[in-house]
Parts: sequence; structure tokens; C-alpha cells
Amino acid sequence: MAQDGSISMRRPLKLLQGQTALLPGWLILIVAYIGTILWTARISFTASRSIPVDTFVGFDQYARLFRSNRWVQSVENMLLYGSLFILGCLIIGFLLAVLLDQKVKGESVFRTIFLYPYAVSFVVTGLVWQWVLNPSLGLQKAVRDLGFENFTFDWLVDRDRAIYVLTGAAVWQASGLVMALMLAGLRGVDGDLWKAARVDGASAPRYYLRVVLPLLKPSIFSSVVLLGVAVIKSYDLVVAMTSGGPGNATELPAKFIMDYLFGRQNLGLATAASVVLLVTVIAVLAPLAYVQSQRARRIRT
Amino acid sequence: MSSRPLFPAHAEGPRPARLNLGRLALYLCLIAAAAAFLFPLWVMVTTSLKDMEAVRSGSIFGWPAQPSLEAWKSAWTSACTGLTCEGLRGGFVNSLLILVPSVALPVALGAVTGYALSFWRPRGGKLLFGGLLIGLFIPYQVFIYPLVRILSSVGLYGNIGGIVAVHTIFAMPIMLLLFRNYYASLPMDLFKAARIDGGGFWTIFRRVVLPMSAPIIVVAVILQVTGVWNDFLFGLIFAGSDNLPMTVQLNNIVNSARGAQEYNVQMAATILTALVPLIVYFFSGRWFVRGIAAGAVKG
Repeated sequence: MAQDGSISMRRPLKLLQGQTALLPGWLILIVAYIGTILWTARISFTASRSIPVDTFVGFDQYARLFRSNRWVQSVENMLLYGSLFILGCLIIGFLLAVLLDQKVKGESVFRTIFLYPYAVSFVVTGLVWQWVLNPSLGLQKAVRDLGFENFTFDWLVDRDRAIYVLTGAAVWQASGLVMALMLAGLRGVDGDLWKAARVDGASAPRYYLRVVLPLLKPSIFSSVVLLGVAVIKSYDLVVAMTSGGPGNATELPAKFIMDYLFGRQNLGLATAASVVLLVTVIAVLAPLAYVQSQRARRIRT
Repeated sequence: MSSRPLFPAHAEGPRPARLNLGRLALYLCLIAAAAAFLFPLWVMVTTSLKDMEAVRSGSIFGWPAQPSLEAWKSAWTSACTGLTCEGLRGGFVNSLLILVPSVALPVALGAVTGYALSFWRPRGGKLLFGGLLIGLFIPYQVFIYPLVRILSSVGLYGNIGGIVAVHTIFAMPIMLLLFRNYYASLPMDLFKAARIDGGGFWTIFRRVVLPMSAPIIVVAVILQVTGVWNDFLFGLIFAGSDNLPMTVQLNNIVNSARGAQEYNVQMAATILTALVPLIVYFFSGRWFVRGIAAGAVKG
């Protein structure tokens, strides 16, 4: 930074313009990000219902939150949905990328097909799958009409299984993203490695699992971060596909918060829930960021 | 964001096996996977071309005996999107009105801020960059309620201005990331030469930096167009009932429908809503990928 800063240092007037250009950025950071987070945190310690009040109640809202079955189930759902979603996308994305890496004809056509769901919104994704999985007229009926009269696939309305079809729809939407990131990573793998592996007598699956997969760590890392953020923010998909039901079977924290902020007018509880979500994100990200910075330092020295 | 293509023409993986059986299995796998990915799109299209009688009697896979665009017409002009039953037309116009400024403003802001950070290196720049990047990971729910209060205190709640402001606020981190990384890859000497020639902040931006920014602007615009068009949450909360974007109205058509469900109309409405990002995607494939990959590189 110092070596290039010297030019601007000599001309403080010009430097001022550089600072002025950053004003919108600072405004967004300080008011819209930090300010609102602090405000949200403040409300979470009050007894606010439909309007914010200044009656401080300590951690009461947090205690109530974790006594709420709906919240506890939302968190459990998120853990299940999140881990299956990330794992599903990674496996399917990696397999598709490996298949596409075999010098196939029409690679770009396949790539376009695998990635197009990522271009459509979660609302569209949710509505399409809601229709496909419609128990009376969708997939179940289509298969029954083929002669399999006892075929049952009503997971969308099954309390114990709805979360899996929600996950399936999300995997359909996002695994193309992993495919694209992994494919970009695969193209950076030195072709001589394969020759060496073959000399050692390795089969193709073994080569991909033992040699290539470890080299794709950066792609895997990026994918996990992007998908993880998507899990925490998951709202539209649930609203469109199941509205959280049946019962609370597909309720997720982001939707819980929105419902209590705007529908049920319980600001204290909703803000407490968003602070919990925020702390979770920080708790997951901080160690990752630390590992990354340590690695960067090791590379530099 | 280097100039290296994401997908070089020559794959570096194992050479294709000589055995034709292996190649056949490979293509069978790929075709099966492609069919699985395309199948919801197929169901959407066929359902939208049927009448309700055909929807009830036939299979969701089947191509209609008498394809008709009736469902498309009602989705566009007469489906109930809430209190009114005038179809998705209004939502389409709202989405366009939201889209244009919500793309232009964040892209411009990202470009200028990225330029200032990369070339002028103002004090505190790194702090600002780092702080905004953290914004990429934070769930929106933490910001929303105070933001509603702040925006309504300045008359920016429940109107187009408000929703544009929200899109700008939350697009800032990714736009900045795109432009800063791109500018960091440009040679600093160009900038130094322009400084020696006496160029000021805006002159250098207009004459030197902007003309070189075309590729990254395309990437940023594509990312933002699909992002804003596909948004549901912000439109629902901040746009106001007169300006609800297409996604929100689509969800109303399907999930607040009273009485008999018109699945064919619902699917036609769903395709109509997905059309803009799909067209952008099909015509810009590689650029689209660069956008999502750029977001991931420094994630």
C-alpha cells in the first residue's frame, strides 16, 4: 500500500476526491450495516411487541426463543436441510464436472443445461416443484397411470419427509453452480498428473478421488461458503414451495424471523432470533477466515 | 478475474478411453442427467399449454393433444395477483421499473468505489472493503426492521425509490468485489502515467479506467439483472403494494389462490416470470459463469 500511496500523498487535494468517492460506501457500511445490526441487537433486549419500546428485559427474549418449539424445529430443520443440501450439491456438482471433463462432444450444451436452474429464482423453483410433486395430479399420478397403482410419492405433504423434497428442489437449483466451479478447478489440474497416475496403475475413479479431489480444495471451499450463505438466507424457496408446512415441518429460521417481524408483530422475539442467526454465521465464518489468513501468510513468507 | 478463460478448449483430464463402451456409458450418464435437469422445465411448458381438463386427466409429462396459449393469456391479463385480477402485466412493468435503476446505480457505485480503492488507495480503504465484504455473509433479517424505519423516515419506504435503495445497499459488497478485483489486475503504471500527465480523479476514471472496464461491467450487469429480477424478499417488504415485483405477484397467484386451482395458468405465470433471467442466461452463458465464479473466488 505504501509504495503506491506516495504519489497521492504529495497531492492532498486530489486525495480528497478519492475519499469523497468512498462516502457512499462508508454510509452504507456505517448506517445500513453496522447501525442496523446494533439497532436490531438493542430491540432484542427489550419487551417490544408490535412497536419498539425501551423496557429492557435482558435475555428474556432469547430464553423465550429457545423455549419456542417452532424456533427449535426451525434450527433443526436448517441443520438437516443445510447439510443435505451442501453435500448433495457437492456430490452431484463434482460428478457432473468429472463427466464433462472427459472431452465430451457438446460440452457447452450440457453445461448450459446443468446450470440453467441457477438462473431462475427460488420462487420459480419452489412453485415448479410444488406442482411436479403435487400428490393428486403430479408425479405420483403420472406413475400410477403407467400401471403402478400402489406407487406413492406424497412427500410434499408428509410431515416427516417434506424437508427432503425441499432439499431436493434446492439441490436441483444450485448443483450446477458447484459443477461450474469444479469444472473451472479441473481445468487447472495439470494433465501430466494423469499420465503419472496411470504409470502407477491407478484407475480413473481412483485418480479423481485420490489425486484430483485434494487439488480442488479451493473450489470446494468456495462452493461450501456460497452454499452455506444460501442456506442461512433460505426464505423464498420455503415460502413458495411449502409455506413452512405441513405443520412446522419445513419451517426455517429466516422465515421464522420474517413471520414474527411482519406477520405476528413480535419484534423482540424476531430480533433476538436474527441476532442468534448472526452470531451463528460469525461463529462459523471467523475460524474459516482465520485459517484463510494463516494460509495466505504462510504463502507470503 | 484474470483473462484466462474459465473453460479452456482443451480439457486436461484423462484422455478419453479407447473403449467405445466406456464412451457410450459416459454419454448415457450425461444425457440422463440432462433429462433430469430439464424435466421441470418440460413439465412447466407442457402444463401451461393444456386446458384444465387435460391437466386433470393426463399425465404431467404428456404433450397436450391440443396445445393452446389460453393459460398464457390469462396469466398475463386476468390471473388474480392479490386484490386485483389483472394478471402479471403490472408485475412485469413494476419489475422493469425496479430493475433499471437497481442495476445502474449499484454498478456505477461499485465501479467508482472500486476504482478509488484500487488506484487512489485512500486511507481506511482496506477497512471499508473488508467491512463491506462481511456484508456478503450476513443474513438480511438482521438489517430489515431498522432499515424499514430508517427508509420510512426519509420517505423511501413503500415506493420504487425505497426498493432501489435496498437493492443498492445489498449489492454494494458483490459489486465492489467484482470491480476492485478487476481493477487490481490492471497495470498500475497506466494509472501512474495518467497522474503524471496531470489527470484528476474523474478524468482518469472517464478517460483511462472506464474504457477498459467493459468486460467487468457486462459481468456486473448480468449478475445484478438476474439478482434483482429474482428478488422476492426485498420486493415484498420494501416496494409497497402498488409496486410489487413479478416474483411476489407470481407467488400470490399460486399460493393465495381461492377455489379451484388453475395449474396451467400457474405454470404459464411461472414461465413468464422466469423468462427474463433465462433469456439473459442463455445469451450470456460464459459471462454469467464469470459473475458467479468471481463472487466465489475471494469468498
